[in-house]
Amino acid sequence: MKFRDILILCLCLPALAIADNNKVHEKILSNGLKILVKEDRRSPVAVSQIWYKVGSSYEPGGVTGISHMLEHMMFKGTEAYPQGEFSRIIAENGGRENAFTGRDYTAYFQTVEKSRLEICLKLEADRMRNIKLVPEELKKELQVVTEERRMRTEDKPRAKTREHFQAMAFSNSPYKNPVIGWPADIAGYTVADLEAWYQRWYAPNNATLVVVGDVEPTEVFNLAERYFGGFEKSDIVDVKPQTEIEQFGARKMTVKLPAKLPYIMMGYKVPTLNTVEQEWEAYALEVLAGILDGGNGARLTSRLVRGQQIAVSAGAGYSLYSRLDDLFSLAATPAPGKNVFDLEYALKNEIYQLKNELVSDQELQRIKAQVLAGAVYERDSNFYQAMQLGMLETIGLSWRKVAEYVEKINQITAQQIRAVARQYLIEDRLNIAYLDPQAIEETQSTQAAAGGRHAH
Amino acid sequence: MRIKFALFCFIIVFTHNSFSAAKIEHWQTEKGSRVYFVQTEDLPLVDIKLTFDAGSARDGYQFGIAALTAEMFNTSAGSWNADQVAQRFESVGAQFNAGASIDYAWLSLRSLTEKKLFNKAIETLKTILTQPGFNEVDFQRIKKQTLAGLKHREESPGAIAHINFYKTLYGDHPYGHPTGGLIETVSGFSQTDVRDFYQRYYVAANAMVVIVGDLSKQEAEQLALSLTAELPQGQKPEAIPAIPGPSKAGTQNIAFPSTQTHILAGLPGSHRKDPDYFALYLGNHILGGSGLVSQLFKEVREKRGLAYSAYSYFSPFFRPGPFTMGLQTRNDQTAKAIEVMRNTLINFIKNGPTEAELTAAKKNITGGFVLRFDTNRKLMEYVNMIGFYQKPLDYLDTFQSKIEALSTADIKDAFQRRVKPEHLQIVTVGGR
Repeated sequence: MKFRDILILCLCLPALAIADNNKVHEKILSNGLKILVKEDRRSPVAVSQIWYKVGSSYEPGGVTGISHMLEHMMFKGTEAYPQGEFSRIIAENGGRENAFTGRDYTAYFQTVEKSRLEICLKLEADRMRNIKLVPEELKKELQVVTEERRMRTEDKPRAKTREHFQAMAFSNSPYKNPVIGWPADIAGYTVADLEAWYQRWYAPNNATLVVVGDVEPTEVFNLAERYFGGFEKSDIVDVKPQTEIEQFGARKMTVKLPAKLPYIMMGYKVPTLNTVEQEWEAYALEVLAGILDGGNGARLTSRLVRGQQIAVSAGAGYSLYSRLDDLFSLAATPAPGKNVFDLEYALKNEIYQLKNELVSDQELQRIKAQVLAGAVYERDSNFYQAMQLGMLETIGLSWRKVAEYVEKINQITAQQIRAVARQYLIEDRLNIAYLDPQAIEETQSTQAAAGGRHAH
Repeated sequence: MRIKFALFCFIIVFTHNSFSAAKIEHWQTEKGSRVYFVQTEDLPLVDIKLTFDAGSARDGYQFGIAALTAEMFNTSAGSWNADQVAQRFESVGAQFNAGASIDYAWLSLRSLTEKKLFNKAIETLKTILTQPGFNEVDFQRIKKQTLAGLKHREESPGAIAHINFYKTLYGDHPYGHPTGGLIETVSGFSQTDVRDFYQRYYVAANAMVVIVGDLSKQEAEQLALSLTAELPQGQKPEAIPAIPGPSKAGTQNIAFPSTQTHILAGLPGSHRKDPDYFALYLGNHILGGSGLVSQLFKEVREKRGLAYSAYSYFSPFFRPGPFTMGLQTRNDQTAKAIEVMRNTLINFIKNGPTEAELTAAKKNITGGFVLRFDTNRKLMEYVNMIGFYQKPLDYLDTFQSKIEALSTADIKDAFQRRVKPEHLQIVTVGGR
């Protein structure tokens, strides 16, 4: 998650404005569909997102990536709106649309001029229940997804390293699998697999509709009732917990790939807001990530890139909003003359300091200032606001947590940061992957003009 | 004079009952800096961009010097070291960036407008612009980081394809090399090179200030003046030279150990003052610019499953930037994919769009027009473009009528004159 940030000096002013301006209207239809509406009247536009509680972390072995595959197939048409009609109609209405799949969600969205919202809901409702899954279309789309995997992972050394790293770090948690799926699983999907997945998860009572923009909440509720209201509830059988087993001791791996630069990734197993017992611990880890990587002035850049100059880049990240336990991650690229082991030592030293010394008040205030300002900046984007509401609701937290964020961060103390560092950022929870670059040989052949091209 | 901010707490929702494209105000400072301002008052924030005609097209033989100079703005300034500069911004929640593209370089700032916070952010920005440190230690470090970045770029078949595509289209013209430079050129830079570049191009006469946010006009005037007043007047550089177009088609295949081959095809396309721009833009929208409904997307992906992404676009620069068609496909499908791509283009040039396609494209562009500037940041980018290329201030207001006025014949005519398949340059990277 992107880090947002703060402002003690004017805490009262924007905070008040935000509280009043940020009202979210909620309604649940009798079939279980949850609708969240947030008015933002700055521009005559609206974003509509529908979020399904399904993603790669719901998938059993053998069909990893099937949520993502289904997301692709959801553009293949229904009886009422055959192949291509959905996108044609949205385009004709000036809309932008797409979809995305994550570990914990699958979401579809359209952004339109406000008077076109109705058609979005109508089409989205239609494909919630009526998608037509056809073998010939699946065959083509399988190739598309395979190309997507090549583009996103196969030909990117760091992305591929990350995939191997996740697979090593998690023993039984579904977070060990890539969102796009393993190649053999992708090759093996059948229409029956997809049909079963669709029937199991695409239902009003497994979805949240989020609309943000220049809209009247009651009108949105009425439209949602009109188009989604007729659907029956499904029996949704909850996904099994698949809680990650405890890790006893550090795990390390080397990944050898054609690449130009070495790279190190480190990850400590940590709870998230959804899994943690004491909520403050998750927010403390969030602030801790900010201390290390909350901008150009934060510790990793200031100390490893500028001060010691042993890295050309270094970063840290924490996923506050994951559904399951996740990794607190660190990654860095060594400066010339340094290697990944120098970086490992330096990164561990940063963690060591967090466990032994309290962060300064000044540092803490800087993080909080960024979070507070970030809360104003993010309101510049309807899409981002809708994303936050949809994501929190979908991973099992309430959308109400969005509004709590600034205050919860503000309450975090230096002692709490030290406490979570001591508890969670320990060797026994650590995972490390080293990217060991192998030579790339490039050869070039230029053919000058092949003359006589014809128009056919 | 920050009355509006205080009111913000009480007047909770500002409602626009009627909406029009932004009102852009424009003036020039005494030293010749052009200022563009749009007042937006719904959120207590402001986006500022200081833009200079100092992009990589100004590199001369020092490929990468414009980008490296911009990167140096992220280091020390005045009496502050790099840590202190970064912390000054972060302590008030401000976001600072600097960078270079082909035509221009910029420093940008997003800040809250609350006085104390805003003033500290602006003081820092102004100091960076007018008293950059450019010290030797920072320079050597940024140079090392840049070189590592250039090395990293060599891992990416897509990046290699783009570099060679520009090289093929533009040769020795200032548009022909990558903005980040080359390892061979950057290795030779000295601190003096950065200083020289800065002194030559970061001058008032070559500066533009874009302000979009919750400030009054008077505040914007003071802000623009204060940011640029201490820059030496200097002068605008000569215009970037015209581009000699390719005279024959060419194909370049670069072997790379990737599972996919990245394919780019195109030629020098359109520029910002191009009378054909709207016809080319609208035509391309139908050909490959409209995402899931474009001809290329349908032919390459939907009908044949050859690629995940397939697209085309014009990049209008001061001089004709490229018309680019692109896709990535499994190595053994390269020839087939090129054929589909080329046939789609040739067909489009020969026949133009259908009336139905034209109508659908117009509906898409006009129906979704407001989405183009529905955030402060997007609006700032539009104003930056309008200002830098000196487009009419009513550019956004007249955009839709210019699109509406075009016919299928206009598009066909523009493509036939401007996109000649016999000049098409193709670059592939992959296949091993």
